[in-house]
Amino acid sequence: MLTTILDVLIAGLLLGGLYALIAMGLSLQYGVARVLNIAHGEFLMLGALLTWWLYTMFGINPLACLAICGPLTFVIGFILHRTLYKRLRTSSATPGIFESNSMLASFGLLFIIQNVALIAWGSQIKSYSYLTSTIDIGGAVFGANRLVTLGFAVVIGIAFYIFLARTRTGKAIRAAAQDPAIAGLMGVNINQILALCFGLGALMAGFAGMLVSMCYPVNAVMGFEYTTIAIIVIVLGGLGSIPGSFIGGFILGIIGSIVIYLQPGLALASYYLIFIVLLLVKPTGILGK
Amino acid sequence: MSSKGITSRSSFLLGILCLVVVLLATSPMYAPAYIVILLTSILMYVVLTVSWTIFSGPTGYISLAPAAFFGIGIYTAATLGEALPLAAVVIIGGLVSFIIALLVGAVTLRLRGIYFAIFTFGLVLLIQHLLLWYEVNITGTRGRFVIVVDNTTIFYVMLIIFVLLMLTAFFIRRSKYGLALQSIGENEEAASHIGINVTVLKVITFAISAIFMGAAGAIMATRWTYIDPYIAFNTNFSFLPVLMAIFGGMGQLYGPFLGAVILAYLEELLLTEFPYYYMLLFGIIMVVAILYLPNGIVGLIQKWRKEGFRRKHANT
Repeated sequence: MLTTILDVLIAGLLLGGLYALIAMGLSLQYGVARVLNIAHGEFLMLGALLTWWLYTMFGINPLACLAICGPLTFVIGFILHRTLYKRLRTSSATPGIFESNSMLASFGLLFIIQNVALIAWGSQIKSYSYLTSTIDIGGAVFGANRLVTLGFAVVIGIAFYIFLARTRTGKAIRAAAQDPAIAGLMGVNINQILALCFGLGALMAGFAGMLVSMCYPVNAVMGFEYTTIAIIVIVLGGLGSIPGSFIGGFILGIIGSIVIYLQPGLALASYYLIFIVLLLVKPTGILGK
Repeated sequence: MSSKGITSRSSFLLGILCLVVVLLATSPMYAPAYIVILLTSILMYVVLTVSWTIFSGPTGYISLAPAAFFGIGIYTAATLGEALPLAAVVIIGGLVSFIIALLVGAVTLRLRGIYFAIFTFGLVLLIQHLLLWYEVNITGTRGRFVIVVDNTTIFYVMLIIFVLLMLTAFFIRRSKYGLALQSIGENEEAASHIGINVTVLKVITFAISAIFMGAAGAIMATRWTYIDPYIAFNTNFSFLPVLMAIFGGMGQLYGPFLGAVILAYLEELLLTEFPYYYMLLFGIIMVVAILYLPNGIVGLIQKWRKEGFRRKHANT
């Protein structure tokens, strides 16, 4: 019994680490840049497929792919914000209209990125094995790749928190999250900071994609499921709160692994149920204002 | 613009609508079977888009629930198709969607802006996954067969739904309810302060728009013959109406109609030959429409007319 509880709990933490990383990226894009990026999962898919491609074609170590996937998705995100979203931001009359318009534009992006990937890589399910040796934790057995995933998620989360709390750019990001207009008046280069946040969000999705590809099979249409999970997590943690989405990711991961243990087919349905109940009862989430 | 101008313009558009309906109604007599099927698909998108616009156009609440109501209609047809006549199935499909939309609307329309959009989207996925789980674990079979109906009948039923929808949309726009909806979109607090029962109005309109989506789903199911939760609750039926309405422009009633006709025809053209490029192209159209055509095709037409008007006056 105790082993089962430990089993489910650790599986939940492993799943949660991944969710936390994905949700932090989206939280950055929504919390600061005010773009509810529905194409978030597509950046994850790009990272995953790129890792798979580099590993199977050139034998490049998946962990080394971090150095390729991350910067690549960062640059795509940065440029997208400098062109598309910046234009939308200046043409929208109110922040509310910008939120709706940018969400709809990101739906368009979802179709574009997904179908470019389908054309480039096809729709087959792909997988590779890397670090599949098992590790025993108090009687519960886990793949080493899962533990690496959790480790990375925690390290990236903490590193990012330090970046936000301790650096000058981090301070500018926090200021922009509170009030972009006044942050701009105080000398923050607001377009640069918003684009940076959007790029960093995409970078986290790219990292998460690389980690996902180590643990699960990947394909070109996988992104959307992760987008919906990320949305659920950031609503759970409180829209716009980065620590909230970090904690929310772990909570959802543990709930998910309990449901998977009890009734495997209902995991996603239970997420949506939590999400819907949460929106009705406490739409601001656990750490939202 | 004077009120006389509006009336004469609306009767002109109503005339065009009548002409379109007459042309469509007689089409099975002279057009080949393929054209009738194509027209049915186009009408389906028009119905989804225009009914989406009834609620989301004036109020500005972006609903991503069309796929939910459409899918409810499809499942109604699948479960009742053999027991009841077609007309009853379609009507029940609409009513079930109406009732569910009333319930959903009553609890969710307190949510504003982006929360409402993601909630409605979550609803589609929740229904899809619960049904899938139910089919796999309780009944043990995934998917169902739907009783087959010939294409001309499907076409006529869709045409009737379309005509009823256009009339409903037209009268809502012209009535004081249309104005009230518009004022909710502009400023909800102000609307409630001048005595509009904001919640009731929003919920009722949301539910009315769901009737047509449900009815369209019930009749389309008979064409697909086999359905499962992934086909019935395909999220594309949530995105495409939004895209079509934005592309057409929501300022006028004919905007979503035009947007749906153009993009549905484009889909038909591209889908058979380039299945991947078609969604790619749709994505590009969506981004470009949001960036450069904030008021859609309607906005573009109005801009041209205004410029033409100005030029004419400059010459005299």
